[in-house]
Amino acid sequence: MPDSRKSKLTTKSINLYYGSVHALGDVTVEIPECSITAIIGPSGCGKSSFLRLFNRMNDLIPIARVEGEAFLDDSPIYGKDAEDVASLRKKIGMVFQKPNVFPASIYENIVIGPKSHGTENKAVLNEITERCLTKVALWSEVKDSLRKPAQELSSGQQQRLCIARALAVDPEVILMDESCSALDPESTAKIEELMLELAKQYTIIIVTHNMEQAARVSDMSAFMMIDEEKIGRLVEFSPTTEMFLNPKDKRTEDYIEGRFG
Amino acid sequence: MKKFKEKLSGRIFLLLALSSISALVLITVFIFVQGLPIIAKVGFFKFISGMEWAPGEGEFGIFPMIAGTVSVTLGAALIGIPVGICCSIFMAELAPEKMRKIFRPAIQLLAGIPSVLYGFCGLIFVVPLIRDYLGGPGMSILAGSIILAIMILPTIISISEVSLIALPRHYKEGALALGMTHWQTILRVQLPAAKSGIVAAVILGIGRAIGETMAVIMVLGNSVAIPESILDSVRTLTTNIGLEMAYASDEHQQALFATGIVLFVIIMILNATAQYITRKKHSKTQNKRKSNETKNQTADR
Repeated sequence: MPDSRKSKLTTKSINLYYGSVHALGDVTVEIPECSITAIIGPSGCGKSSFLRLFNRMNDLIPIARVEGEAFLDDSPIYGKDAEDVASLRKKIGMVFQKPNVFPASIYENIVIGPKSHGTENKAVLNEITERCLTKVALWSEVKDSLRKPAQELSSGQQQRLCIARALAVDPEVILMDESCSALDPESTAKIEELMLELAKQYTIIIVTHNMEQAARVSDMSAFMMIDEEKIGRLVEFSPTTEMFLNPKDKRTEDYIEGRFG
Repeated sequence: MKKFKEKLSGRIFLLLALSSISALVLITVFIFVQGLPIIAKVGFFKFISGMEWAPGEGEFGIFPMIAGTVSVTLGAALIGIPVGICCSIFMAELAPEKMRKIFRPAIQLLAGIPSVLYGFCGLIFVVPLIRDYLGGPGMSILAGSIILAIMILPTIISISEVSLIALPRHYKEGALALGMTHWQTILRVQLPAAKSGIVAAVILGIGRAIGETMAVIMVLGNSVAIPESILDSVRTLTTNIGLEMAYASDEHQQALFATGIVLFVIIMILNATAQYITRKKHSKTQNKRKSNETKNQTADR
């Protein structure tokens, strides 16, 4: 069923090195469009590094080096034919582990992206603000206090604002790096609900430590683990229901069962 | 015995610590005791707005010196602030690590050069250049501003740089993840986020410019007059004291102390403002955040 969808993001034998450390080895996946893919696995297996390959956030680390190929639709993310990194990141938005609102007003947090990409028209910016905040179910809570500092919101609200901020630049893909791990269960539930809603329009990849969360929201699951040489490997990539009910690999089974007790 | 030793050493350290604070108190009291009588006699308003400074004839008006200080400081700020902030951005964000390792100690060295050498270089290089190419006596507001601008650079650069570097990494990541370029990230996210630190840096730099004496004595020409152009010679509050203290007596000496009071108060206000800005920033967001979170928690229940 998800296999029938067009693949949005593809990697072909991609490798990531931090200096002499081989962090990811030969990862090949095809992530279907308009779906939620969960990357799961024990700590330190390279889940976040893998997620950050897609929007080239690893570029910020001077010693990081990538080998292999990655594609957004059909255009390469790395190599000399790759598009400029800023326009790639405009298409592939990211929500971080801790809510990282900018120290500015709620309104400024939303419009800073569109403004940076050349939208100056006030009416358009206001429309974007309302639309994005409505999408993350924050509009009714903050519509009268758009000029207030974003840092005065609760953590859950801040994280939803971060999602709205990512949506404001009109991305095609949203990467979420353990975006619920710093939140209380109620806020987490709200964000999960939001993910399911957003997946109708966007391709979403989440990294999560929470097995139940992966089971609840994702269509596809990728299980990663480090091998004997400490290289992060993709062990299994299959539809979530299949992986949780009928894991193909013994290691996946052990991990999932270990987690469920 | 051991206990006694502990106690004694504690006392000694306290005494030494107190001595530095008592120096502050003593200097403050001394300046005010010496200077206040003449301010009371002339009248505060007349003292700071008086145009005539003729100690021999009992005329004590320091307005020309205030105008001198303001014009030179303004000039130094106009040159020094943009250069300093750009330099701090370069060091914090753009320079490769190797270059940073050379730049940082070099800028600290700039702060360590004795001010008389700044004045000397100004007199030998800057003053003749102005005289030859722009006209006038050369010793001028412009010369003073250029020299002071260089002297306040280390203050502005190092404090701004620290406040940029101290920003949480996730601001930058968040901005880049939105597809903003590095330059947009600096201008739209990092600079505004570091605003309070940068403002404090600028205020402390200005404070330093106002307080500087030796270097400006050598390049300003020191004439007591309201300047009409940046090529005119002026006298600042500090140079007024520095030039005349050696031979002043009685009321003249008191008037110089009174000049010191004005200077002292200006610097205190600037420093207090800088401290207030940096402190407010921290406590404000934290307190509000805390109180809001408690509010939300109670609401959730």
